[in-house]
Amino acid sequence: MSLLLSGDEGFTPPSTADFNLPPVFGDNPYTTKPVFLVFLSVIVVSAFFIAASRKALVMPTKLQFAGESIYAFVRNDLARDVIGHEFMRFVPYLFTLFTFILTNNIFGIVPLLQFPAMSRVSFPYVLAIFTFVIFHYVAIKHKGILPYLKEIMFMPGVPKPVYILLTPIELATYFVVRPLTLSLRLFANMFAGHLLLLVFILGGDHLLKGVIGLKLVSPFAFAFGIGLTFFEFMVQCLQAYIFTLLTALYIAGALADEH
Amino acid sequence: MAIRTLSNWAAEEAANPLIPHTAELVVGFIAFTLLFLVLRSKVVPMFEKAFAERTDAIAGGIERAEKAQRDAEIALQKYTSQLSDAQGEAQKIREDARVQGAAIIEDLRSKAQEEAARITAAATASIEAERQQAITSLRNEVGALATELASKIVGEALDDQVRQSRIVDRFIADLEKSK
Repeated sequence: MSLLLSGDEGFTPPSTADFNLPPVFGDNPYTTKPVFLVFLSVIVVSAFFIAASRKALVMPTKLQFAGESIYAFVRNDLARDVIGHEFMRFVPYLFTLFTFILTNNIFGIVPLLQFPAMSRVSFPYVLAIFTFVIFHYVAIKHKGILPYLKEIMFMPGVPKPVYILLTPIELATYFVVRPLTLSLRLFANMFAGHLLLLVFILGGDHLLKGVIGLKLVSPFAFAFGIGLTFFEFMVQCLQAYIFTLLTALYIAGALADEH
Repeated sequence: MAIRTLSNWAAEEAANPLIPHTAELVVGFIAFTLLFLVLRSKVVPMFEKAFAERTDAIAGGIERAEKAQRDAEIALQKYTSQLSDAQGEAQKIREDARVQGAAIIEDLRSKAQEEAARITAAATASIEAERQQAITSLRNEVGALATELASKIVGEALDDQVRQSRIVDRFIADLEKSK
């Protein structure tokens, strides 16, 4: 970032290049900041939930209660209410999905970390691929491959000529649109949010180096940046929720018998 | 130097933010799988255990309370029926006692009457015997006195015992006849 502010050549607005953080060690692409953050999130989430669930008390401690609340939210409000009686099989996956995305998102506003790994499109892709594979697998196992494909391609109760239009749309929905929107929604939100914060914080910083008039404007840029940080927190939680909710919905659809 | 490296790196990769990086895909896959395995094996079962135990504790408590209530109701019914049995029995005992008491009183009364009658009869008999005795002795004495008196008046010695008795008897018989 010092690159952008070096000298007096004027303000270089933050760009997509700011998301390509260099490897810490030489040219090894496995040592970039997003990679470290993702592993850190695995350690943080594991440590927190193991500590919270280790004793499994009937009368929970504060720590257990905190962990349980998050777990119960995913288990009851997402898995059980959406999927129905077979929900328990999918709770570990949905729980991992939610905590993993949430933690990595929130890293975007945690001081010193301050980078949402989900703004690197590869991670949302991986998660979307997992969800894609799971809901198709569940559907094929539940309905059999041919009935499943038939259900997708020939939605019952539709006049035959409409299939010319409907079949490609449905196929695209199930095999392209769903995983793509799932990953891009998360990616784009985190990407745009981080970019927005960069604009206001770096902009404020740049204004501070300008003439006196600009210095006076600078606090407003910072204040806006702080306000946006709170807004970002909301978006980060929301995106984790949406990703998990949609996954649960797709699984529920895979288990549902023909409409 | 650092700035140069950064700009190089950025320039190489800046092309399109939608193109995934192999390294990140691998890392994402490994990290997510790792987290999934940890949460599935260590966290989910423990939370489920806590939930189940809690449900158990609550449901068990309710069940125990219901059982206690049922037991209490059964005990109450038992005691109530026992109480009414006891009341019935007491009533019966009182009734028996009353009947028995009346019988005893009746019995005693008849015995007392018998006794009284017996005593009365004995008394009557003894009075009669004494009266007879008195009459006999009176008759003798009156005879002697009258003889003595008559002899004094008549001056005639009526010392002949046999004659005396005859006279007296005749006299008394006259006396009884005239009565």
